[in-house]
Amino acid sequence: MLKIKDYVKVKSIAEAYELNQKKSACVLGGMIWLKMGNRNVSTAIDLSGLGLDTVQEREDEFYIGCMTTLRDLEMNRPLNEFTQGAVKESLRHIVGVQFRNCATVGGSVFGRYGFSDVLTMLLALDTWVELHQAGRIPLPEFVNQKKDRDILEAVIVKKTPLKTVYLSQRNSETDFPVLTCAASLTEEGTKTVIGARPGRAMVAEDPEGILMGFAGMSRKEKKEAALKFAEYTAEHMSFGSNMRASGEYRKLIAKVLTRRAWESLGGIKA
Amino acid sequence: MKYVSKPIRKTDAMALVTGKPVYTNDLAPKDCLIVKVLRSPHANAWVEEIKTGTARQVSGIVAVYTYKDVPQNRFTLAGQTYPELSPYDHLILDRHLRFVGDAVAIVAGENEASVDKALKRIKVKYKVEEPVLDFHKAKDGKVLVHPENDWEAKVPVGADNRRNLCASALEESGDVDKILSECKYTVDETYHTKANQQAMMETFRTYCYMDYFGRLNVVSSTQIPFHVRRILGTALDIPSSKVRVIKPRIGGGFGAKQTSVSEIYPAFVTWKTGRPSKILYSRYESQICSSPRHEMEIRVRVGADEKGIVRAIDVYTLSNAGAYGEHSPTTVGLSGHKSIALYRHTEAYRFAYDVVYTNMQAAGAYRGYGATQGIFAVESAVNELAHKMGMDPVKIRELNMPVQGGPLPAYGDCDTAESCTMDQCMERAKEMMNWDKKYPCRDMGNGKVRGVGVAMAMQGSSIAGVDVGGADMKLNEDGSYTLGLGCADMGTGCDTILAQMAADCMETPMENIVVFGVDTDISPYDSGSYASATTYATGMAVVRACTELRGKICALGAQMLDTEPEKVDFDGEFVYCKDKKVSLKEIAVKGTCGNNQELQVTRTFSSPISPPPFMVGMAEVEVDKETGSAKVVDYVAVVDCGTPINPNLVRVQTEGGIAQGIGMALYEDIQYSDKGAIRNNSFMQYKIPSRLDIGDIRVEICGSYEPSGPFGAKSVGELVIDTPCPAITEAIYNATGVRARELPVTPEKIALGILKKDSEN
Amino acid sequence: MNLSFWLNGEYRHEEVEPDTMLLDFLREKGCYSVKCGCETSNCGLCTVLMDGKPVLSCSVPALRAEGKKIVTLEGMQKEAEEFGSFLADEGAEQCGFCNPGFIMNIFAMEQELSDPTEEEIKEYLAGNLCRCSGFVGQTRSIKKYLEYKKTQKEGAEA
Repeated sequence: MLKIKDYVKVKSIAEAYELNQKKSACVLGGMIWLKMGNRNVSTAIDLSGLGLDTVQEREDEFYIGCMTTLRDLEMNRPLNEFTQGAVKESLRHIVGVQFRNCATVGGSVFGRYGFSDVLTMLLALDTWVELHQAGRIPLPEFVNQKKDRDILEAVIVKKTPLKTVYLSQRNSETDFPVLTCAASLTEEGTKTVIGARPGRAMVAEDPEGILMGFAGMSRKEKKEAALKFAEYTAEHMSFGSNMRASGEYRKLIAKVLTRRAWESLGGIKA
Repeated sequence: MKYVSKPIRKTDAMALVTGKPVYTNDLAPKDCLIVKVLRSPHANAWVEEIKTGTARQVSGIVAVYTYKDVPQNRFTLAGQTYPELSPYDHLILDRHLRFVGDAVAIVAGENEASVDKALKRIKVKYKVEEPVLDFHKAKDGKVLVHPENDWEAKVPVGADNRRNLCASALEESGDVDKILSECKYTVDETYHTKANQQAMMETFRTYCYMDYFGRLNVVSSTQIPFHVRRILGTALDIPSSKVRVIKPRIGGGFGAKQTSVSEIYPAFVTWKTGRPSKILYSRYESQICSSPRHEMEIRVRVGADEKGIVRAIDVYTLSNAGAYGEHSPTTVGLSGHKSIALYRHTEAYRFAYDVVYTNMQAAGAYRGYGATQGIFAVESAVNELAHKMGMDPVKIRELNMPVQGGPLPAYGDCDTAESCTMDQCMERAKEMMNWDKKYPCRDMGNGKVRGVGVAMAMQGSSIAGVDVGGADMKLNEDGSYTLGLGCADMGTGCDTILAQMAADCMETPMENIVVFGVDTDISPYDSGSYASATTYATGMAVVRACTELRGKICALGAQMLDTEPEKVDFDGEFVYCKDKKVSLKEIAVKGTCGNNQELQVTRTFSSPISPPPFMVGMAEVEVDKETGSAKVVDYVAVVDCGTPINPNLVRVQTEGGIAQGIGMALYEDIQYSDKGAIRNNSFMQYKIPSRLDIGDIRVEICGSYEPSGPFGAKSVGELVIDTPCPAITEAIYNATGVRARELPVTPEKIALGILKKDSEN
Repeated sequence: MNLSFWLNGEYRHEEVEPDTMLLDFLREKGCYSVKCGCETSNCGLCTVLMDGKPVLSCSVPALRAEGKKIVTLEGMQKEAEEFGSFLADEGAEQCGFCNPGFIMNIFAMEQELSDPTEEEIKEYLAGNLCRCSGFVGQTRSIKKYLEYKKTQKEGAEA
């Protein structure tokens, strides 16, 4: 059981940061994961009084406060319009509405969970995190850092125009994913992210430039490129086994989802 | 009839939907000691040394018990009629720990925090031994799960603890091998089902207190109050007369609570300390140390002649009891008896089985009770047989199914099906599913294929010659009745349907009947709610009690009318004789004044036969051929439960059973670590279906009239979990060509199966 | 620690431990409708409304209720009876243990979705597990209830 000695609803991020320098302190997110553990927490730091629980649409970015719930993210109209509903798709399978009303974006991102749908989705977007001490850094950089005692204030999604899609494979509708896949197409290029491998979500690189110039391809070329890139990804990414599926199956699904994602972005209906 | 066969609302419904405090933990006194159990981290180990001193010093700790403190009488936790067929292999706490999660010590304290702290402070030195984790290797293996000398099988079931055998037998009729060799078509395959969890929403829980007579009062979420009374007497080594068991509302059971999983711990604490205590199983405990379905591996050999007549069936079941033998010698029987009997032309059959001990979680009773596993195997084998013959799987069943007045080979609990509409069930299911159009599959054009599959099932209605239903019907002073019951409503609605029967018997409004249950001090004896017994056996007890009470009312009425009892009639409101009449209320009042004729009747009913209910299930499953995802988009069930006493409740039971069956077929998996720990130890890792996983379930009732049952009724509760596994796996086969013989059929198995099949072609 | 919040319409000042979860706290305060079915936030039995939104009270520290409006089924008895009769008419309440959390989430859904489709209903309530009913009877009752509410509303407007 989780034991908490002291509970502080902080008045500022600076206060949270100070308190969090003690190793036995802990920042509370949605509590879903934390309460399942057996931790002894000296000071529980609650950020819920700081107004960091909303998605603000700014001129060139979405500013998602760390205490924004997954449900609020899922229901945020501008963000979903921007992502063509992909954000909603990445969240709607997660247990249930009540669960998503508890779980927070900050908790999900800071935890860097392998199974995370949200992380897969965000990695496919131009996403940054705002840390109290380290400032703004790109999300891919953040997820590869070791967990430290900084405070994650917000997640920022840049409004770089894109087409994006999110797909996942699950053994049952509300289970953890067996594999996640998010892909996005911008003027700059393409990005494909595979998660729940079952390791943490990773960008599927395209060193051979299979998807280069995707937007300008003919329908037939798009179809071929989607398939070729899917095969390349399945071949070059590492997949492991866990309770939900074997590495072999994940490899197969990575191919299927990657192809479907790019077919979808290419406007090809199955 | 005013109530029987009507969709009456459950009498406790409004209390439940408004969230009233009616369950065990809502009722437990606030000053209960909290009881928790220290669980073994090892699958096979001995307690070499256990130090509890510092644990006892934790503030708020009242008691810490180890194997040294408990009585040394072995007993079984199985809720079965005495002498139980399950072996006496349990102690409250044992030095020998036989699975990960076995009980090492009991801690009782004033609050949860202190108990948790004390649990951490108990220092145990384990002598760890090699466990038996492969049930194929258990029989005659070198590691014994129960080496102890005081292990005892009360009834000869072929058990031998020196061989890790919990039961073993062979039943046969005719020359199976000869007839199989004559059959033009044969199938010989092996099927494997896992140890599914009942996963009722309310976990195991019990509270206890001492009363002013120095007796142990036990309030528990149980299906078997009277058996718990006996089990606690034996376990605590006290007379059962010192034990009183009360059952409040229960948050689901499905057989899980047919084993006395949680009662012994607080009972022991309260008996020793004299203080009220309670235990609430966590979901974790409910997943790792409770009473799930038996894992079974079933080899089926079945043969048919050129016309499709099934002539011989050979079933061998290897059942995994786990570490203790609760319900193990009995569940296995149903895997043959309820499956072979589905084929009426069978000239020869053989049914053999071994039930083995392993160092895994002990199994118990789960809805279907072995029939589910056996029917999955035999119905799958018959489906495979049909495909070999190029015959529609519906057709082979039409040729061979049980018919009214026809035989039930291997069934044993009645020779013929006195009531059976299986033929009509099949016909109706076919129509509902539009089978002829949909069989075998339809390409949906987007990489998705929909296949259909069929299966039949039967169960029993009570254990023939064993189960006892009890009912006590009393006329109260105000002209109302009290119906005392000993069976256990666990949400199923038996308190309601038995009152429906009583109301019609007494020709009185249901509101005029108070149902009371269950308190072992007051209720009439009843074996409990399991084995599909309640509607049938307790129902008959109700009918008999009512019939006799009517006689007594007439007798007293006749006396008041100055006439002979034979000359009066009773219409529920009045006893009358020609133009003279006396009201029920007047009779009731008379009963309380200067009266020597009790207006109360207790009746018991036990049936020498167990008439089977029947059903047909058809599944339509959509498969994504690339990912292997399978979804049951439509499930059709047509049920013969005799007379449906409450069609609404029959329907909901059926829908619920099918949903559980869908979970068993597609999602619910039990995986062990190589050290023998269950990995699916929460609702996060053991996924039961959510409402998004369930498509349409369409149920119809095609009733028959069972002459031996109350108002013609048979059972329904267990039957309904038996068809989904074979029907769904068959539908998947028809969609993809992949035959799943091991459950659950995960997307991975389907997708990799398709790949394998494609590479072979 | 001190906690001031609204419980079923009543403003309360309470003492609470820093690690007490809302679920345990509410039961301590007599809200026995709030049930616990798992330890992993998967079952939905403990659903209550916090400022109108459905949350898992097992996962909310009681202190997070500070200043908020918490509503349990004890605070919605009339509504529970109203919807509950539809559920009972299907026999789909069954054991009843999941009912309070399930019914609270239906009330949340009513607030959030207008005229939901069957798929939307199922998706909104996906976090409410039930092992007895197989869900289809629950769905029937919700559809009939929503239909009834619609007619009632239309009647009032006409």
